[in-house]
Amino acid sequence: MSFALETAPAGATGLRRVAIDPLSRVEGHGKVTLLLGVDNRVQQARLHIVEFRGFEMFIEGRPYWEVPVMVQRLCGICPVSHHLAASKAMDRIVGVRHMTDSAVKLRRLMHYGQILQSHALHFYHLSSPDLLFGFDSDVNRRNIVGIAGAHPEIARQGVLLRKFGQEVIRATAGKRVHGTGSIPGGVNKNLSVADRDLLSRDAAQVVAWSREAVEIAKRLHASHRALYDGFAAMRSNWLSLVRADGALDLYDGVLRARDAAGKLIVDGYDDDRYLELIEEEVKPWSYMKFPYLKSLGPEAGWYRVGPLARVQNCDFIPSPLAEAERREFVDWGRGEPVHATLAYHWARMIEMLHAAEVIAALLPDPDLTDGDLVATGMRRSEGIGVIEAPRGTLIHHYRVGDNDLVTMCNLIVSTTHNNQAMNEAVRSVAREYLDGHELTEGLLNHIEVAIRAYDPCLSCATHALGKMPLEVALLAADGSPVDRVLRSGEGRLSRGGGAQ
Amino acid sequence: MSEPLLVFGWGNPARGDDGLGPAFVERLRAAAPRGVELLDDYQLQIEHALDLVGRERVLFVDASAAGGAPFRADPVLAAQDTSCSTHALSPAAVLKVYRELHGRDAPPATVLAIRGERFGLGEGLSPAAQRHLDAALEWAQGWIANATTAAGRWPAP
Repeated sequence: MSFALETAPAGATGLRRVAIDPLSRVEGHGKVTLLLGVDNRVQQARLHIVEFRGFEMFIEGRPYWEVPVMVQRLCGICPVSHHLAASKAMDRIVGVRHMTDSAVKLRRLMHYGQILQSHALHFYHLSSPDLLFGFDSDVNRRNIVGIAGAHPEIARQGVLLRKFGQEVIRATAGKRVHGTGSIPGGVNKNLSVADRDLLSRDAAQVVAWSREAVEIAKRLHASHRALYDGFAAMRSNWLSLVRADGALDLYDGVLRARDAAGKLIVDGYDDDRYLELIEEEVKPWSYMKFPYLKSLGPEAGWYRVGPLARVQNCDFIPSPLAEAERREFVDWGRGEPVHATLAYHWARMIEMLHAAEVIAALLPDPDLTDGDLVATGMRRSEGIGVIEAPRGTLIHHYRVGDNDLVTMCNLIVSTTHNNQAMNEAVRSVAREYLDGHELTEGLLNHIEVAIRAYDPCLSCATHALGKMPLEVALLAADGSPVDRVLRSGEGRLSRGGGAQ
Repeated sequence: MSEPLLVFGWGNPARGDDGLGPAFVERLRAAAPRGVELLDDYQLQIEHALDLVGRERVLFVDASAAGGAPFRADPVLAAQDTSCSTHALSPAAVLKVYRELHGRDAPPATVLAIRGERFGLGEGLSPAAQRHLDAALEWAQGWIANATTAAGRWPAP
C-alpha cells in the first residue's frame, strides 16, 4: 500500500501547493492540499476533514439516559445511527445484553429505515448526477434538479424512497427529528397499527424501486467498465460487523476484517473488544485520526468500511433479492474483492434493496405492535455500542459514574474509518488528472466524485445560510498565492489571483 | 388535509444560534395560529418538497450567519443548488425539486433569515439572537395575517 504521495521526498525542492478549501466556518468541511513538483507532477496529496470536534466533551457530565437523544444532534443525516449506537452502549450500562423480541425488531425497523433513506439520498441526490451525466458535465446540471429534468421517474423514486425511510423513522422513533424511541434497555413504544398499515401499503413498491436502483448502478458499471473499475481504485483491507453466522447484519454482530485478497484477518470479534482490534493514528497535518488494525500496524493496517466493505465482508445477505445481487457483484471481482471506489455506489444500492426487504419482512410481525419493550439487568459502569451506520462502522463508548453521569465518551464515526481510503482516492485521482499547473473545474469535479463515493459526512455541524462556498487555491512552495478559484454555494465559479 | 400555510424552520439546537429556525417554530407553536402547519427539521432535504404540496404560502425559517439584523425576509424562487459537499438543500432547491416533481411551480415562498451571532457547540441562543427572534416572530404575525387574507403582498421587515 503506497504512501508515496503523502510525504514529499526528503529534501524535495521547487514544490507548489494546491489547496481546495471550503471557506465555511460553521459547516464541517474538507480541504484538499496537493503539492506539485517542478515537473508539475503531484508529489503529495492530503485530504483534511475538519472533524466535528468537541462532541465528546458536550456529552460528558450528562445523565446516561439523555445520551441516546442528545447524540442525534451530532448529525442531521444519520441521527438514527447515533441514537441506536448510543442506545446499544447504554443497554450495557443498564446491564442488558439481550433485549425483548419486540425491542430488537423495533430498533431493527428503525435502523433499516435509516439505511434506506440515507442510501436513497446519497444515490439519487448526491451521486446519480455525476454518474448519469458524467463527471465533466455542467455543474449546474449535476444535481437532483438536473436528474429530475432528464430522468423524472428516477428523481421521483428517489424522493419517495427517502420519504418512506423517514416515515419508518417517524413511526418507530416517535417523531421526524430527534426521536426518543430507543432507550437504554429497549424501546419506549410499539409500532401503532395505523403506522404499520400505512407503511405496509408502500413496502412492496419500495422493494421494486430499490431493485430498479440496483439495476441502474449495475448498468452504469457494465457500460463503462474501465472507468468504473479504475477510477480512484485502491487495494485495502475491509472491516465491518457481520452476524455470528457470517450474514450481513447492519444492526448487530461481531467484528470481521479481511485483507485485500479477501482472506480473513480477524473474525468473531466481540464489539466490546474494539480497542484490542483498532488503534487510531494521529498525524500532525490532520484533525481527523487514522484508524488501523493493530495487528498489521498503521502502514498496512488501514481499511475501508461502509457498503463496499460490508457487501464483500459477509458470507451472504439474508434476504433473497439482495443476496442474488450480491452474488452478481462478487462475480464482478473475478475471485478477488472489488476494490473500485465507484463500486461503493453499486454496493450501496444492494444494501438499500436489502433494507427494503428487511422492512417489508418485518412489518407483518406481531411483535412490532405488541409485546414487552424493556429489559433490565445489573447496572455497569462501561458500555460499548457498535452499529453499521449508512457510511460504515460507528462506535460509541461510554463510562458512567455512580451518580449516573457520563464520565468518558469516545466516538469513532464512519467517515474517520474511511479517512485513509479517501486520502488514497484523492491521491489516485490527482495522479491521473491533476498534473497540469492550472486549476480547472474539471479537476475539482473529479476529486469531488472520488470523495463523494465514500459519502463522507461533512455537514455534521451546522449550515446557516450563506456558508457553503468552495475555494480552490494554488500556492507556491513558499506559501505565496499563485491562483484561486471559488465556487459559490449557487455554483458560480470565480477566479482571481492571490488566494487567501 | 394540509393547512394552507406552512412554516418550516430548520437548524441544530445544539449549535447555539443555529437553532433559531426550530426555536422560531416552537415559539410560534405556542401561539397556535389557525390555518398554519408548523414543521421543523435538522436540515432541508429533497423529501421536504412533498411538504409543500397543497399549500398556498410557505415560510422558510433559518439562522443566518451573515445577513442583516435582526432578520431579512425575501421571496425565494426555484433555483438549482450545486453545493458540492453538503447533504443539505437550500430553500430555492427544494422549490426547484417541487417543480420538477410536479410539473408546476411550488406555492409562493419566503425565506426568513434570522441573524445569529454564535454557533458554538452546546450553547443556547445568544442574547442578540433572542432579540432577533422576538422581532422575527412579531413580523411573522403580519406575514400570517397577510398570507391568510391576501396573497402577493409581503410585509417589509
